[in-house]
Amino acid sequence: MDLSSYQTDGFFDEMFSAPGVVRPHYQKVLERLDRMNLQDFEQKQQAVDLLFLRAGVTFTVYSDNQGTERIFPFDLMPRIIPQSEWEFLERGLKQRIIALNMFLHDIYHDQKILKDGVIPPSYVLSAKHFRREFVGSDVPKDIYIHICGSDLIRDKDGRYLVLEDNGRCPSGVSYVLENRQAMRRAFPNLFPTAGVRPVENYAEKLLKMLRNIAPKGQDNPTVCVLTPGVYNSAYFEHCFLARQMGVEIVEGRDLLVRDFKVYMRTTKGLQQVDVLYRRIDDDFIDPSVFRPDSMLGVPGLVNAVRAGNVALANSIGTGVADDKVMYYFVPKMIKYYLGEDPILDQVETYLASEDKDRQHILANLDKLVVKSANEAGGYGMLMGPWAEKEEIERFRVEIERNPRNFIAQSPISLSRHPTWIPETEAFEGRHIDFRPYILYSGPDDISIIPGGLTRVALKRGSLVVNSSQGGGSKDTWVLYGNE
Amino acid sequence: MLSRVADSLYWLARYTERADNLARLVEVNLQLLLDFKDLDNDKLKEHWDPVIRSTGDEERFYELYDEANSQTVTDFLTFNSENPNSVIGCISAARENARMIRDQISSELWETLNNLYLFLKSNDAKHIWEHSGAYEFYDHIKDHSLRFQGLVAATLPRDECYDFMQFGRFIERADKTTRMLDIKYHILLPSPNDVGGAVDTAQWVALLRAASAYDAYHAQYLASIDPANIAEFLIFSDTFPRSIRYCVTQINARLHNISGCPWGSYSNEPEKLCGKLMSDLIYSNVQDVISFGMHEWLDQCQQRLNEISQATYQTYMFQKPIDLAEEIQQQQQQQQ
Repeated sequence: MDLSSYQTDGFFDEMFSAPGVVRPHYQKVLERLDRMNLQDFEQKQQAVDLLFLRAGVTFTVYSDNQGTERIFPFDLMPRIIPQSEWEFLERGLKQRIIALNMFLHDIYHDQKILKDGVIPPSYVLSAKHFRREFVGSDVPKDIYIHICGSDLIRDKDGRYLVLEDNGRCPSGVSYVLENRQAMRRAFPNLFPTAGVRPVENYAEKLLKMLRNIAPKGQDNPTVCVLTPGVYNSAYFEHCFLARQMGVEIVEGRDLLVRDFKVYMRTTKGLQQVDVLYRRIDDDFIDPSVFRPDSMLGVPGLVNAVRAGNVALANSIGTGVADDKVMYYFVPKMIKYYLGEDPILDQVETYLASEDKDRQHILANLDKLVVKSANEAGGYGMLMGPWAEKEEIERFRVEIERNPRNFIAQSPISLSRHPTWIPETEAFEGRHIDFRPYILYSGPDDISIIPGGLTRVALKRGSLVVNSSQGGGSKDTWVLYGNE
Repeated sequence: MLSRVADSLYWLARYTERADNLARLVEVNLQLLLDFKDLDNDKLKEHWDPVIRSTGDEERFYELYDEANSQTVTDFLTFNSENPNSVIGCISAARENARMIRDQISSELWETLNNLYLFLKSNDAKHIWEHSGAYEFYDHIKDHSLRFQGLVAATLPRDECYDFMQFGRFIERADKTTRMLDIKYHILLPSPNDVGGAVDTAQWVALLRAASAYDAYHAQYLASIDPANIAEFLIFSDTFPRSIRYCVTQINARLHNISGCPWGSYSNEPEKLCGKLMSDLIYSNVQDVISFGMHEWLDQCQQRLNEISQATYQTYMFQKPIDLAEEIQQQQQQQQ
């Protein structure tokens, strides 16, 4: 396999600092590829695809009523992060998750950050996922976000930027573990020499973290994963994590609340549940409090949480931290709660509800990326430079009508990574992003799996990496050393 | 174990067993036709109609097809997705149940089932069917099914999960053995004069083969193909794993494992029903069956198996559906 003609096209490339000049931490992989011919490589790629299909490592697409299952396309060329870079990321992510948890605790209690005028109160109080009914309620060990998946990108200079924090139900960690498994099978000889840090103990750490928040007096708590069910697009992951942790996976209909306690319905009668790793959003979790039309949740669950008889990860109300307007304030939170400068930068952001920013946004709609405050999965977004005139005008009306719901950012020239393109039988540069997974048991007990999910936009020139919109993934290697 | 999980394990096992039995049944009957000369449409119908009847789906079959012949019956029992009891229907249903409880079964088990499902949906399946023939095709199904059973034996801990699966498997198997014996009863009816003739012998042999009992039967009864002996063997053998008695003994053992109640007594309805059926099978013989009427006896046996599985469902798997509106109201009152 020859990468000598690979072009970086003026983008920041993860593997090559310039055409033909490989970065030191990619040297070993390049050598391995050099010794491989096209046929071997394609064979490995096919074997891996088949492996995923057979193992049912799939996600569900809602395009038809059958719920078609697809594999998440996997690219054999790994993304590699050297030690020093990883340590920097780790420091930055830890700082961020600590600040976010302090913020959540604050706004659900004394609201000092609002009283001190660091964040205008109206932004928080009007946030779609702010649960005012939980102001004054305590959560176990004051932890709100237990599992966080923050999305990172790199710009044209290779600078890491936080794109968003997913503090509700971040998904994708099962692919991190499955991808590694697949790579080990495809390149068994490469791993012992490449110095790659293992990711396999994630489930163990997750379980430990979940047991940590069990109600007092529970030495051997019953932990369950709460899933919306088999038709959810991430059902594979829910099962995968339950199996790896050795705990039960439950649906709403398996649970019942009596006397402020949660029980699961078993062949031997009711059995009490102490901790729920819930993969259902707040809105659907308890129809007696939130949406009454939801069939997924458990009536009374919130009562049980309030009574302290069951712990939820993540806690209720964390969605406010996912609000893109709150994202704007994270550097201020870090400064306010920790008295530190943010280690990780984030994308320069304009708030449509600030007069000056709004004028700037409206004047430059064709140059900016506009995002709705609470959408995910690449929806509710305007990519100014590539958008049709009508779409721009549609957004202009929307922004003027409801400025609170919009932010804007300058488009970032995402870094690229050599990616195998079967149609051209060559490696081509494709844009990537990165989601590390953070487990939080308190400021002194944070673990970040050395690796994460690297998603890649497989379409030429595309910046959209979502699995539902033609994205793929790569194994992510964090090295013990720098080469 | 969650009641929902127990239910899925039960159906997972039943559907895989059913697919395996269907593959056997169709294949043997296709082969059997090779032994006959001059088959006209009536003869074909005479041959296939009882096969359809034995599955209990004759109504659905005649809605979909005009007549029963080799082509329509094999299609109905193998590929037709409008028949939930076709091979492909059973494997899809088994896989769907497995998918819901993937965390409870070994990954090898899941992958084998998923592979069979992918095979049936792929062009490979059609290719084998069209080019290598039915024999190769059904062999493929049986191979996967045996691998599945082997993996159940080799990779599952002997816990509740295993017990519910085995319970489902043996309920299905006992039921299918009664149905296979019943086919012979139906084929026999039109021409009682043929009893003991070459055609008759071929049919009894086919029955033994469909139950994978050919070799085991001969080991016990040597070369003689005797209808009474065959019935005795398939109903009362205490060592052959497809005989009704053997299956019911297994069902009984699984039920007692699940409840922890010792043999010889019972702690719930399914154990009581199963114990009664088991003792009938231990304390009777084929002469009793014949004087009762073979068809009537088999029919009654199917019904009793059904009652056992119903009672088991009520005891372990059924959970009164939660009335969401009532539940919401109750919880909201507590909140105030």
